[in-house]
Amino acid sequence: MPTITLNRKVLEKAIGKALPEEELKERISMLGTDLESVTKDEIVVEIFPNRPDLLSDPGFARAFKSFLGVETGLKQYKVEKPKHKMVIDPSVKDVRPWSACAIVTGLKLDDEKIREIIQIQEKLHVTFGRNRKKVAIGIYPLEKITMPITFKALPPQQISFRPLESTKEMTAKEILETHPTGKEYAHLLAGKTRYPLFVDAKDKILSLPPIINSYDVGKVTEKTTTVFIECSGSAYDAQAKCLNMIVCALADMGGQIHAMDIEAYGKKLVSPDLTPSEQLIDIAYVNKILGLDLKEKDVKELLARMGYGYEKGKALVPAYRADILHPLDLVEDIAIAYGFENFTEELPQVATIGEEHKENVLKRNVGEILAGLGFLECAPTILTSKETQNTKMLAKESLIELSNSVNQEYDVLPAWGIPTLVELFQRNRQYEYPQFLFTMLPTFAKGQTETGIAETQKLVVGVADEKADYTKARQVLDYLMRMVGKEITIEKTEHPSFIPGRVAKILVGKKEAGLIGELHPQVLENWQLIMPVAVFELDINLLF
Amino acid sequence: MDVTHLAQNLHLLERKLLPFLKEHATLPALMQASGMQEVEVMRALQWLSAKAALNLSQEEKERLVLGDNGKSYLKHGLPERRFLKAIAQGPLSVKDVMTKAKLDMNELNICIGLLRKKNAVALAKEKELVASLTPEGKKLLDSEWPEELFLKKAFPLTPSPKDKPVADELLKRKDIVRLEKANLWSAELTATGKQLANLNLGEYSALDRLTPELLQSGKWKGKVFREYELNSKAPFITGGKRHFVNQAMDYMKSVWLEMGFTELSGPSVQTAFWDLDALFVPQDHPARQMQDTFYIKEPSKGKLPKIASEVKKAHESGHTTGSKGWGGTWDEEVAKQLMLITHDTYLSAQMLSKAKTLPLKTFQIMKVFRNEALDWKHLFEFYQVGGIVVDENANFRHLLGYLRQFFQKMGFEKIRIRPAHFPYVEPGCEVEVFHPIKKQWIELGGAGVFRPEMVKPLLGKDIPVLAWGLGLERIISDYYKITSIRDIYKNDIRQLKDMKHWMN
Repeated sequence: MPTITLNRKVLEKAIGKALPEEELKERISMLGTDLESVTKDEIVVEIFPNRPDLLSDPGFARAFKSFLGVETGLKQYKVEKPKHKMVIDPSVKDVRPWSACAIVTGLKLDDEKIREIIQIQEKLHVTFGRNRKKVAIGIYPLEKITMPITFKALPPQQISFRPLESTKEMTAKEILETHPTGKEYAHLLAGKTRYPLFVDAKDKILSLPPIINSYDVGKVTEKTTTVFIECSGSAYDAQAKCLNMIVCALADMGGQIHAMDIEAYGKKLVSPDLTPSEQLIDIAYVNKILGLDLKEKDVKELLARMGYGYEKGKALVPAYRADILHPLDLVEDIAIAYGFENFTEELPQVATIGEEHKENVLKRNVGEILAGLGFLECAPTILTSKETQNTKMLAKESLIELSNSVNQEYDVLPAWGIPTLVELFQRNRQYEYPQFLFTMLPTFAKGQTETGIAETQKLVVGVADEKADYTKARQVLDYLMRMVGKEITIEKTEHPSFIPGRVAKILVGKKEAGLIGELHPQVLENWQLIMPVAVFELDINLLF
Repeated sequence: MDVTHLAQNLHLLERKLLPFLKEHATLPALMQASGMQEVEVMRALQWLSAKAALNLSQEEKERLVLGDNGKSYLKHGLPERRFLKAIAQGPLSVKDVMTKAKLDMNELNICIGLLRKKNAVALAKEKELVASLTPEGKKLLDSEWPEELFLKKAFPLTPSPKDKPVADELLKRKDIVRLEKANLWSAELTATGKQLANLNLGEYSALDRLTPELLQSGKWKGKVFREYELNSKAPFITGGKRHFVNQAMDYMKSVWLEMGFTELSGPSVQTAFWDLDALFVPQDHPARQMQDTFYIKEPSKGKLPKIASEVKKAHESGHTTGSKGWGGTWDEEVAKQLMLITHDTYLSAQMLSKAKTLPLKTFQIMKVFRNEALDWKHLFEFYQVGGIVVDENANFRHLLGYLRQFFQKMGFEKIRIRPAHFPYVEPGCEVEVFHPIKKQWIELGGAGVFRPEMVKPLLGKDIPVLAWGLGLERIISDYYKITSIRDIYKNDIRQLKDMKHWMN
């Protein structure tokens, strides 16, 4: 989960008091965030992905202040009328079709505020921006830019400028191939014939989104008072939300928000739009979900605690909130404001009759029968390796592989269960014999199901001992069958993992239910086992 | 203590050993003199010591044990003996000696060195190096050597001063003998012990085992039975059993069953549709990324159920759910991807899509998968205990009620919830229980009320569904006092045998 690092003094100033550490931790946690660590100067908080608006110092302070009751209700942000515009050229349509933008003036920046601005940008990039794929953010000092701005796309060979963190001018190709940031995000432009650019009225390149800004336009510094902000990506709604989060945070830092005109694809719009959205809220619904008896004034007050306004059955949702899809989202915020710790539990009388799953009834009984014979049940991992399933077993089962396992020894699904048990014998070979082990696990093969993969629950039983042989395994199998009341037949077969003439299929009716036999000495040698091993595996569901 | 009483109640092993204790003190000496096994001597010594008949002391000493080569030479003869035998009939090339005497290169070199030093062989360089027996060699061949006599002794041993030089020579050679640290027991009779040892023990016999023969003949009548040392340890035994995690899971199952929940089960491979899309997890959600989820290589895609079209509408626009939806286009191909289930909530989703009568209470205990590197606190496969309550009148406080009831039965009196986010529940919460001994809160998983965007497309109507998914390995490892979570699934026979039973 993403975290943000808050300046403790700045936060304490914002909420107007210093909370004792225990209370700080408890309150932060009850807001639906999590205090990860706290020192004299810093507080690190984990933020759930549904609340990107909390991923900034001002954003978090705003919510926390309201939650603590210091300053509640819908916060109004003033937006000045547009004086400048941005043109979205149709050439970006197939690359990065939209961008939202704004200007913020009157900033008084210092090291701390610059850190906060950088943090907003970084955190939103990773989370809400899905690593710049959905939204990429650019923040530029305005003094070196001539309005209006154009967002357009050019073939890469026509692009050349000096990017940040470089000492020289580079072509687009060089940036993507050699610049550290370029390399990291190059995949976002892979296969595009044109690359997007923000350029000013003098055709000066501001940036190549979502990759990097130009060195000439520069970075935000202590001298910067006015910034131009753009959020580019594929869906305008997401960009606009992202922009709202940023401008509200900058306004909380003391800036004034100025809207800009956007001309795009023959349409005109004004960005940003900080008008709160309206969401109907039915008090009966709130009470039904939460099991409470709240009155309208309670709901209004609780909503205010979470930064909402309320007017006649409607909640006014701040423009920086990106997670309010349904009235139920408001119900959650009402519950948070009410305090999760204040809910009293109730165990209702809902008459239903419980029933154990049939397959698990079988598993439980089979487990008890085998334990009664002195067998120990093991609980191995389901995931396994080709080496275990085939190589060491001299087998050639067709295996279903995973495409991306981080653990190489666990990158296939088992086609049969015996190898897993043999591996357990190997792991325990330092202990005294005889060893009696069993386990139950699913095996996987291609089949006619919705997924194209059929899973079978298997019982695998084995004896490793000087005297382990087919008869030993057969005794156990026969006992088990008598106990579950099933008839089986045994049919001679051949299998490379077993000694020829000492391996058979187990049939229940006419259905193949499993395999029983003595493992081949070569297999035992492959597993470095020095004791004979007799095993069987059985489809549990055929024991019904 | 009364010597007569003691004498009467001696165990057979004690009776057997006592006479030898007059002359011998150490374990090996006692074993040799009495012909008893090591365990037998040790048990007799400990019992006698408990009766204050002797003082038992323990001393750490280095002892010589036979190495692998030593054991082999004891059977097949020392290499130098084999060398001499090989040339007894006449000179032979060194190469032939090697084959005939079955020597390896290392042994050959040692033989040549040793035997030349003793002047027992002569070597001549012809076409090849040829070895012949000297008269000294002949004499040597006919005698038994101190080394050989030494190897025949009962190991482990501490060499006598006389044997010391031989032992030191053998120690220099490869794995014939080696030094091992051992605890040496030695026993010294106390005054009582001496009295006992001097008695004619035969006169003080009590009955030992009660046998069928004694019972049938009635010979036990009027006899005394030997008193046992009731505090001595009985030999260790173990039995067959279910894996301790399954014992715990069976108990948890019984708790949900008692509360009227029906158990579900299902496959571990699913389409992303059931694992994520049906749960209203947006298609660009970070959890879908390769690093969290195991995807299947081939087949890589499955089929979508009919209901997918409803789910698509909920994602794109909210449709009739009263939601705005996620916007954008919902891609069928993404939903068809096959993966290992990342949570057991997919079964709840499937249950909703086929629910016929309400109210409905279901639960499941299933293994779920996360593509994580294995370490002491991460598993890539672990159990999840999940459930739902589908009821027109269900509310958030009932959710707390069910969870509290479950955890009370698990031995946790205090539970609490904190706000948390899961894409498919709202309100969503993190569930914690208070550990009464460690005095700290333990996070166990998530719970909440399913979102209408999930419920309505599946069930056809929007009614409250309470849901939870708990990871209980932490409680289980705590109960069994396991510190590294990996050790839960270590499958070590000794651990399995020793592990206490789940006693809830």
